[in-house]
Amino acid sequence: MSAPAPATTRHVEVAATASWTHRLRRLGVWLAAGALLLALPHVVRNPVAVPVMNQMGIAVVFALSYNMLLGQGGMLSFGHAVYFGLGGFIAAHVLNLAGPGGLYLPVPVLPLVGGLGGLLFAALFGSFSTRRAGTVFAMISLGVGELIAASSLIFDGFFGGEEGVTTNRTRAPLLLGLEFTTDRQVYYLIAGWALVAAALMYSFSRTPVGRMANAVRDNAERAEFVGYSARWVRFVSFCAAGFFAGVAGGLFAINYEILTAENLGLNASGAVLLMTYIGGIGYFVGPILGAVVFTFLQSMLSDYTGIWLLYLGIMFLATVLFVPAGLAGLIAMHLPAWRAGRLRTLAAPYALTALVALVTAAGVIGLLELVHFVVSTSPSRTTMRLFWMTVPARTLAPWLGFAAAAAAGALGVRWAAPRAAAAFAAASRPPGAP
Amino acid sequence: MSKAKRGLIGVLVLAVVAWLAPGAMSADPIRVAYIDPLSGPFAATGENGLKQFRYAADQINRAGGVLGRQVEIVPFDNKVSPQESLIQLKKVIGDGIPFLFQGNSSGVAHAISDAVQKHNERNPGSRVLYLNYSAVDPALTNEKCHFWHFRFDAHADMKMAALTDVIKANAKIKKIYVIGQDYSFGKAVADAAVKMLGQKRPDIQIVGNELHPIGKVKDFSPYVQKIIASGADAVITGNWGADMVNLAKAANDGGLKVPFYTYYAASDGVTAAIGAAGVDRIRLVHESHPGNPDAPKPLADHIAGYKKLHANNDINQARIHTALNMLALAVKKAGSTDADKVAAALEGMEWTNLSGDHVVMRPDDHQLLMPIYISVHTNKGIKFDYDNSGFGLSLESKIERDKATLPAACTMKRPS
Amino acid sequence: MLELALFSLLNGLVFGMLLFMLSSGLTLIFGMMGVLNFAHASFYMLGAYFAYTLGASVDFWPALLLAPLLVGGLGALVERFGLRRVHRFGHVAELIFTFGVAILVEEVVQLVWGRPAKSYEAPAVLDFALFRLADNAFPAYKGFMLLVAVGIFLFLFGVFTRTRAGLIIQASLTHPGMVAMLGHNVPRVFMVVFGVGSALAGLAGVIAGPVLGTFPGMAQVLGSIVFVVVVIGGLGSLTGAFIASLAIGVIQTSAVALDLSLGTTAASLGLPVDGGGALQDLWRVTIAQVAPMLPYLLLVLVLIVRPTGLFGTRET
Repeated sequence: MSAPAPATTRHVEVAATASWTHRLRRLGVWLAAGALLLALPHVVRNPVAVPVMNQMGIAVVFALSYNMLLGQGGMLSFGHAVYFGLGGFIAAHVLNLAGPGGLYLPVPVLPLVGGLGGLLFAALFGSFSTRRAGTVFAMISLGVGELIAASSLIFDGFFGGEEGVTTNRTRAPLLLGLEFTTDRQVYYLIAGWALVAAALMYSFSRTPVGRMANAVRDNAERAEFVGYSARWVRFVSFCAAGFFAGVAGGLFAINYEILTAENLGLNASGAVLLMTYIGGIGYFVGPILGAVVFTFLQSMLSDYTGIWLLYLGIMFLATVLFVPAGLAGLIAMHLPAWRAGRLRTLAAPYALTALVALVTAAGVIGLLELVHFVVSTSPSRTTMRLFWMTVPARTLAPWLGFAAAAAAGALGVRWAAPRAAAAFAAASRPPGAP
Repeated sequence: MSKAKRGLIGVLVLAVVAWLAPGAMSADPIRVAYIDPLSGPFAATGENGLKQFRYAADQINRAGGVLGRQVEIVPFDNKVSPQESLIQLKKVIGDGIPFLFQGNSSGVAHAISDAVQKHNERNPGSRVLYLNYSAVDPALTNEKCHFWHFRFDAHADMKMAALTDVIKANAKIKKIYVIGQDYSFGKAVADAAVKMLGQKRPDIQIVGNELHPIGKVKDFSPYVQKIIASGADAVITGNWGADMVNLAKAANDGGLKVPFYTYYAASDGVTAAIGAAGVDRIRLVHESHPGNPDAPKPLADHIAGYKKLHANNDINQARIHTALNMLALAVKKAGSTDADKVAAALEGMEWTNLSGDHVVMRPDDHQLLMPIYISVHTNKGIKFDYDNSGFGLSLESKIERDKATLPAACTMKRPS
Repeated sequence: MLELALFSLLNGLVFGMLLFMLSSGLTLIFGMMGVLNFAHASFYMLGAYFAYTLGASVDFWPALLLAPLLVGGLGALVERFGLRRVHRFGHVAELIFTFGVAILVEEVVQLVWGRPAKSYEAPAVLDFALFRLADNAFPAYKGFMLLVAVGIFLFLFGVFTRTRAGLIIQASLTHPGMVAMLGHNVPRVFMVVFGVGSALAGLAGVIAGPVLGTFPGMAQVLGSIVFVVVVIGGLGSLTGAFIASLAIGVIQTSAVALDLSLGTTAASLGLPVDGGGALQDLWRVTIAQVAPMLPYLLLVLVLIVRPTGLFGTRET
């Protein structure tokens, strides 16, 4: 917080004069990410993996764009899905115009169309909503979100009503003979765009405007003294975020070939807030982690339990309460220990705490599932499947058992957690320090 | 810090284990996917539907199954979201399940139908059949029809045709108010009401044609006041869920006594929530005998058997039994689970359902043709109530199949 | 026509006073702690569900008192063990925490009470028409709702202007540091205010549940509208919340009675209307149809013109 202005200028200089090796290493990270993306569909053999990874890729771009507002600009938005959805709708309409005799617009270019659509509306709504930061901005974003979500059900001509707008990616003209009939072909398109978009967003955060967004977030008044208009900086960030949200919307249009009102609704806006926050808003990779984990849980957890949203809610609250820096923050916390080569000393205390935590979690999950079963099924049904066991849910024994597991686990955590924390503190101490 | 860290790790480990654990992969049973909401606000409807499917499947299995194989219902949770439905559809296809049922929300139905058509055209080797047991947007079997979609419920226009026949015969009704949720289904109901009433009873005045935002209205009193001020003799509404319950409650509080003709004002909590506020006022247009006052024997047995298993749920979609049995019969006729062959066998298939009605799957548009019933919400003479509330539906009138049939408007393209 | 106007006004008043019961707590909590509490409407929902359960075992009248107390206690616990902890991570974290609480409450309600709507009914004593006009009836229960809301308003007004506790709260609104210096336990004041605000929301739930329905989505339906009221009225301003509540209540109910659309208005003014194109629906939509959207439009407009809200003094 102290003296942000000089600090920022110094950062700009550092970024501008980053040494050769530095740049090379950064390039290496991006190349490695690209190689990983290329290899993934060949490594994971589950038939459902590719569609889920497609969804993850879209979520990653969307969450990264959201963090341009929240993490980098300090602007809390409750209506970011508006730009995702509008970009997607525009992309879908344009794709419908493309094809033989129509527009020459191959599928790989389409996300750009979505991005421009998002940019257009971000510039429109941003022109008045970015005048202020803080609560005023948040509330305007909520109002705009509600208005757009409501009009999406009223203006059938553009939004297609409840059925939404459908499109067909195979009718568009081909570019370099690239076809998009299977999920795997679409995967490479999404992976490519996600990589490019992530790289661009990263570069944006290194530009003077991107740096100034941080400064404006921390202290708008001081930033103004440096000669930047805080409002202009916010507006530029907002437009950039809208553009990339639109890119994600365009990718969505290609992948699902349908856009509906839910894509720009408040729930979608809430979801991107959740995933970004769980991932960690203070780090560039945070939203990536958050989007991957959130999408995974959202599409897979529901196969196993009807109350998966409850677990997600608990996990979210636990993140806010105990790990406000998010998953990325959790990892970053361990960098000093890793650099000092002491990560190995953490294995035993961590494994122990993980074990007792798992027991607690199993107890709590068991109890919640029992409640769910008793409330939602008829009294005539007495047994349920739980943790690979058949459990007589309407007798006292399983309730006592799971309660005991939860209590014992909790006691175990109380015993093991301080030890893990102590081990962490010891491991993180800089080398040479006493 | 550390507590949550461990919690997170625990969840992650569980998730990874879940991902790696193989699903039920036994190739023996005939697997049928069920994609509907099993979590979130509409889960009550989805879960009850799943139970009815499983109940019907158990009956088929007890009678020896199909082609000597058991029928297994595999549930997938779509959270009534089109996007989630498509993800679940990919899972269904990835698991090699050839048949899928879905019913809740026409928006979801359009998304699935469109995706199934595209998938089948692009992947002739792994085609799937979409069996729609409840989504009633007429477009699904009209302009959006295709070979791999079948509908087992009467669509909104068929129901409206039946309803307007009843209104036509009721000389007391002179003014009608139409109110609905502002989205495709609400609009389809309103348009059909205006058009059909204009043809059948040109003397009836439409004194109000109102659309309100879906799920956003907190208090329906102002709408009720408007209806009262218009002097309407009857109200037609396609509202469902909380919008239906609150409309009925506000009508009761505001002293509005006229009949309400509805599509979805029953069961899954709605009957109990409306309660006394709807007695002799709420009427339902639906595709099956309501079970009261005198249920046909097969229906009565079906309901009683179901109630024994699931005391807190009701048979509110008898068409589920019809749909699953017609599918089983088609598989038997086709001698395989190949989507194209089963679809061909379903075309033109005839069946006698639990209400004792003779129903036919019309080949031209894959719409099941059936009689339509109009019932009233009451607590008098109710043998099979809904929601264990003492309230239920009692038969008022029945429109025979030929009267309830509308001409097909589909150009069906069949795979060569 | 006259009775339509009268009943619209009455219904608007009832709904507006209900909004005030919710927004008064929210605006106090914001004014004092700087937290926009997303979970506020969740406490309203809990009030309705508690009263439903209590009403089944005891009766409506004890539930009317007990349910808000329970909700208030719960609110105080959330403040003490959740919000206070998150406080040091800043306002965004606090806001996101309440967002998480809202999700969790909705899920827990579904887990405990199930997903379908509950048949939570008004007490039989109040199940009659207070008065009739033409074909319209005004139910006695709505009169009761109005009575309770006015009572709460007078109570709050009295507490704020006439009691020592009210003065401390007013002082903590603007000068928390000074109040702490004077030896008052500011965190405890926060906890009490949060608890009382939650209890008020709970009370609103108890009396609104039978009319507006008791179902797991009831918090979401009302949640953002309460925000709108508080922001339009001016954050932290009780007067603003009162006026904005009534205004939004009346606007929303009376807009329903208006069947005007851009198309018909233009036509009656003799302007030619082009009914085609992608914006064709714009001409078709009536004011009645968009009535529930008007508050959000108002919100955006007010914030553009006056970022502090109508009666607010600060905008953070």
